[in-house]
Amino acid sequence: MSISSRNDCGSGLRAAIPVLKLRNATLQAIRKFFADRQFVEVETPVRIPAPALELHIDAVPCDGEYLRTSPELHMKRLLAAGCDRIFQIGPCFRRHERGRIHNPEYTMLEWYRANADYHDILVDMRVLIKAVAREVIGGTSVVVRGTTVELGGEWEYRTVSDAFAHYAGWKPELMFDADRFDLDMVEKVEPALQQRGCPVVLADYPADCAALARRKPGDDKVAERWELYVGGIEIANAFSELVDPVEQRQRFLECAARRSAGGREVYPTDEGFLEALAGMPPSAGVALGVDRLVMLLAGLDSLDQVLPFRSPVG
Amino acid sequence: MYDASDLRKGLKVEIEGVPYDIVDFSFVKPGKGQAMYNCKLKNMISGSVITRTFRSADKLDQPKLEERKLTYSYAEADSFVFMDEDYEQVSLKEDALGRGRFFLAENMEVKVLFHGSRPIEVIFPTWVEKEVMETEPGARGNTATNVLKPAKLAGGYELQVPLFVNIGDIVRVDTRTGEYADRVRKT
Repeated sequence: MSISSRNDCGSGLRAAIPVLKLRNATLQAIRKFFADRQFVEVETPVRIPAPALELHIDAVPCDGEYLRTSPELHMKRLLAAGCDRIFQIGPCFRRHERGRIHNPEYTMLEWYRANADYHDILVDMRVLIKAVAREVIGGTSVVVRGTTVELGGEWEYRTVSDAFAHYAGWKPELMFDADRFDLDMVEKVEPALQQRGCPVVLADYPADCAALARRKPGDDKVAERWELYVGGIEIANAFSELVDPVEQRQRFLECAARRSAGGREVYPTDEGFLEALAGMPPSAGVALGVDRLVMLLAGLDSLDQVLPFRSPVG
Repeated sequence: MYDASDLRKGLKVEIEGVPYDIVDFSFVKPGKGQAMYNCKLKNMISGSVITRTFRSADKLDQPKLEERKLTYSYAEADSFVFMDEDYEQVSLKEDALGRGRFFLAENMEVKVLFHGSRPIEVIFPTWVEKEVMETEPGARGNTATNVLKPAKLAGGYELQVPLFVNIGDIVRVDTRTGEYADRVRKT
């Protein structure tokens, strides 16, 4: 690939200046939001020995360690140490993820609240999105692939079970089928969400998709996890955090076995994290893709238009 | 065999015995879910387009496609006989050739894409020259190329030509579109 076919020089970069300014305004508005609420901005290591074990997230190796796929494990150490409101904005890396709304290197906003659950953190999210939109684009309407989405009004909240029953004709939490779940999500559920004129929160994922979320008290078939969709594009993922080190270790072990069976690399278990988890208060956390948020606020369709230095491969 | 991660625009794959050309391709991955590849595929035989999502673990067959250079020899009752580079006779039916059958001339070289033993596309030389056998008399002096009239060429192909074209003229036809390109010789 010759360098001249890229857009990271000359006129390509000049064309990117408006979106760079919009990104700058977005980051300033995010920081103001958290400063107003006495959150502490933190930085945690980008190169780490033990990225979180997740079935479908692969880390980029780096000098005997890995580039983080998320700042989660270190931010939870800070929660356990007594930081009760923290946020971080920084790069994360996920191997082989490249598409219209994926890039192997991207900017994540992640925040946590101690003594809170996934409903509390949804309140933060609604206020944040409205405040950032007003600050950055002077209003709360965005157009996503031809559909106008009103960020400032009511948000639709529906369970994963309800959305799948409605759009795909089955209830995944009753008899989970991972392949069918993923296929129906991209072929049936997400395309339906693309038509919605308001943000949609999909909540209570099947326990098999819990990742690092706790199971719902009283209904352990589902986990306290939600995802936020705007115009059918997923921009954030939230949990009531699992704070039980025994169950967390068990999940890591199961995930390691499944990764191993699938011929995928198994990362070391982060013992420091598991140790810290024992002292972590009940907490909620959420991760938001900043590049996708900038894309939506700018009314753009692809990260190609958002990331001027995006590599054509990867 | 292809892995799903090999998929890209322009790649040809085989599904249930049918060759497909990937005309559009996108990487999708729902939150915490597996990587998948959403493809628009064009059926290389019927031309219809389907949409399919493949999982990373999916394997796809490679279609047995072969392009052969054939030289036209002669016509039989319901087929056209060609010679391949090893001087083997290859017979193609009328429907495999489409309108191109009108453009055939002895010793003309064509490229034929075969799926197994089935010819699915015949590529003719881009330009062919043919004599005009039938048309209304030309309007002398009218050099406009945007006013057209019907004409029949040697071999029986019918098309639209400008008013100034006469019987006995040699015209050039674009085999990709089947349309008149220009007049190469006047009677």
